[in-house]
Amino acid sequence: MQLTGADIAIRCLQDEGIDFIFGYPGGAALHIYDALYKQDKVKHILVRHEQGATHAADGYARATGKPGVVLVTSGPGVTNTVTGIATAYMDSIPMVVLTAQVPSHLIGDDAFQEVDTVGITRPCVKHNFLVSDVTKLAETMKKAFYIASSGRPGPVVVDIPKDITAQVAEYHYPELVDMRSYQPRTRGHTRQISRGLDLLLGAKRPIIYTGGGVILGNAEAPLRKLVDMLNYPSTSTLMGLGAIPASNPNFLGMLGMHGTYESNMAMHDCDVMFAVGARFDDRVTGELSRFAPNARIIQIDIDPSSIGKNVSVEVPIVGDCDMVLSQMLEQLQGRLNEIDRSAIDQWWEQVNSWKSIDSLAYKTNDDSIVPQLVVERILEITEGEAYVTSDVGQHQMWAAQYYTFEKPRRWINSGGLGTMGFGLPAALGVQLAFPEETVICITGDASIQMCIQELSTCLQYGLPVKIINLNNQYMGMVRQWQEFFYDRRYSHSYMDALPDFVKLTESYGHVGMRVDKPKDLNETLEEAFALKDRLVFVDVITDPMVNVYPMIAAGKGHHEMELAPGQEEVQERELA
Amino acid sequence: MRRIISVLLENEAGALSRVAGLFSARGYNIESLTVAPTDDPSLSRMTIVTRGTDNVIEQITKQLNKLVDVVKLIDLTEGQHIERELMLVKVVASGGEQREEVKRLVDIFRGRIIDVTDSTYTLEMTGNGDKVDAFLQSLAQVEVIEVVRSGVSGIGRGKRALSV
Repeated sequence: MQLTGADIAIRCLQDEGIDFIFGYPGGAALHIYDALYKQDKVKHILVRHEQGATHAADGYARATGKPGVVLVTSGPGVTNTVTGIATAYMDSIPMVVLTAQVPSHLIGDDAFQEVDTVGITRPCVKHNFLVSDVTKLAETMKKAFYIASSGRPGPVVVDIPKDITAQVAEYHYPELVDMRSYQPRTRGHTRQISRGLDLLLGAKRPIIYTGGGVILGNAEAPLRKLVDMLNYPSTSTLMGLGAIPASNPNFLGMLGMHGTYESNMAMHDCDVMFAVGARFDDRVTGELSRFAPNARIIQIDIDPSSIGKNVSVEVPIVGDCDMVLSQMLEQLQGRLNEIDRSAIDQWWEQVNSWKSIDSLAYKTNDDSIVPQLVVERILEITEGEAYVTSDVGQHQMWAAQYYTFEKPRRWINSGGLGTMGFGLPAALGVQLAFPEETVICITGDASIQMCIQELSTCLQYGLPVKIINLNNQYMGMVRQWQEFFYDRRYSHSYMDALPDFVKLTESYGHVGMRVDKPKDLNETLEEAFALKDRLVFVDVITDPMVNVYPMIAAGKGHHEMELAPGQEEVQERELA
Repeated sequence: MRRIISVLLENEAGALSRVAGLFSARGYNIESLTVAPTDDPSLSRMTIVTRGTDNVIEQITKQLNKLVDVVKLIDLTEGQHIERELMLVKVVASGGEQREEVKRLVDIFRGRIIDVTDSTYTLEMTGNGDKVDAFLQSLAQVEVIEVVRSGVSGIGRGKRALSV
C-alpha cells in the first residue's frame, strides 16, 4: 500500500496500538495533522503549550506503563518540549516525540521555525533520529518505540522534515526490529544471583532499598514476595513508592533527604544493602563519604552504568528487576534457613526503636491549616486509591510522606529533574488513561502557575482532575532553604501578586474553591471530591512558615538527620 | 591512567557528536579522538585517548556502550596493543647546513621528507605518542612553521581483535 510520509507516521501509531497523542500543530507539521484528521483511531489531545504535551504524555506513560506520544511542529514547538523530554529522560520514562522539521533542502539555512532538533535534544534523549528517506520512516518509528520501551526506558525523538511527510512510499510496519548495536540484557547472571543471595542471607543488619526501576520494570510482585519471605526492613526512594505497599510491616517509608528517620538510620547502620532498581541519587545518599559506612552492597539494575557510578558495589547484577527478582525467588525458597533469625530480630528491635520516634509527627492548630494535614485528609477521603501527581517543592515532599501508596504507578512526580509545572499536565494524561479513577494534582502556588494553561485542555476533554493547591504564598522549599542556610534572607522566594485562583479557575470554566480555616477543611475537600465529573481547584491557604521535616542537610550523612523542632527530646527519651 | 579505547559504531550522521557530547556532558577528558569508516562501510571505528581513575574509565566504557549507535568497544590498554600516530611538520629549511641537519634528524627517527621548497621542508613522522613527541623535541633548534597530528590509532596485538 502506497502512503504519504504523513499517513505512514499515523499508521505506525495505529499499528503500535497508540490511543492518545498529545500535540500542538504548526507549519511543518501540517501534513501530519491532515493525516490525523482523516482517521479516528489515534485520538489527538490538543494542549495549550508543547511543554504540557510532553508532561501529559509522560504522566500517561507513568500511570499505564505504555509509551507516551507527542507531536509538535519545528522550531519553538521543539524547544518548548525540551523541559518535558529532559524530565522523562531523568526518570527513564518511555516516550516517543515526533517533531516536524523544515523541508530537507532548507535544513541548515536558518529557515523559518528551524532549529537543530537532533542537536538540541541529544543530551536529554535515549536516542534520536532525523528521517532523511521516506522509505525508512516506518522502520524508524518501530525502532523509536522499541528503544523507548525496552531496556532502561527513555524518550526518543523522531524528527521528520516536511517534504518527507509529503513523499509517497510503500507502507510496511515491521513487527520486530533487530539492532546489532542495541541489545538490552534482561536475565541476570546466575552466579551473580547466587553470590548476591549468599550476602543477603548472611546479613545481620540488612536493608532492602528499592527505587523507580521496580515500578518501570513492573517488578512489584516478585519484590513483595521477596520482602515477605525475608522479613527484612525495606525502604524506597521517592520514585519507587507504591512498589511495596506502605502498610507492609516491613516497610519503613521513604528514605533520603526528607525520608523517615528509621529508613535513613537503617541505611546508615546496615551491614548488607540490597538495592533494587535504585541509582544512589544524591538526594538519597546524602554526603557520599558518610554513606552507609559498613554496608556491603548488592545492586540490581538494567543499566550497567547505574551500577558503581556513585557508590562501589560488591555484587552487581545487570538485568531487568522483574526477571532477576524472579530468578532470585527460585533459589531463595530452599535457602531461607540460612537466615540468622536472632540477629535479624535484634536488628528489628533497633529499627523499631528508631521508628517509635515517629519522625513524621507534626503539630496542628486552630488558626491556620498545616499542609501535612491536608494530604492526610485527602488520603482519608480517597481511601488511598487515587492517582496523585505533584509539582516540585515542599508540597511534593508532603505528598510523598503523607499519601501512603499501596500500589505502584499511583504516585507520579518529577523526581530526577525536579520540574515545576509537571503536575497539572501529568494529571491530565493520567485522567485520560483512567477516566473513572480519581486523579489528584497536589501542587503549590508557585508550581501551578508554570503550566496553568492546561486548565483549558482539561475543559476541552472533560477531565475532572482535582487540584489541591497548598498555597503558602512562597516558593516554600526555596524559602525553607533560605531560612536554614541563608539567615532568613528570603531572596525572591515570595510569591507577590498571586492571582485569585478561584476566579482564574472559574474563568477557565471549572469549579474553584478556597479554604483557609482548619475547621472548614474537611467539608471543602469532601465537597470537591464529591464533584465527580468536574475539575475542581481547591486553593488551600496554609500556614506559610511550615517546613518539611525530617531533613538531611547538604553535606550531611543519613545518621545526621534533623528532626522537627521539639522531636529531639522524643528522640533522646526513646533511644535512651 | 592514560587509556586508549577503540569503538566500533554505526556509520550514521551524528554518531560522532553523540560520543563527543557524552564526554563534554559528563566532564570526561579527551586527549585525542580519531574516527573513519572501516572496511565495512556501515561501521566507523573510533580511537579515543583519555585519562582518568579506574572508576572514571569504567563509567566511560559503560556510558559509551549505552549509546545506541555504539556496536562494540574495547579498552586497548587492558592488553598488548600497538598505537600509531601520524604527524606532519612544516619547518624552515633555507641554508645548506640547516637542510642537512633536518634531514639527519628525519633519518634518525625514520621519518620522511614529503615536500620541499627552496625555504621549507614538510616532514612526515609515524610512531607512538612518545616517539612523535621526542621527534618534535629534537626539532628545538629548527624553526617550526606548522604541526599537524592525527591523534592516536590503535589495534590489539596478536589475535586480539575488535570486530562484529
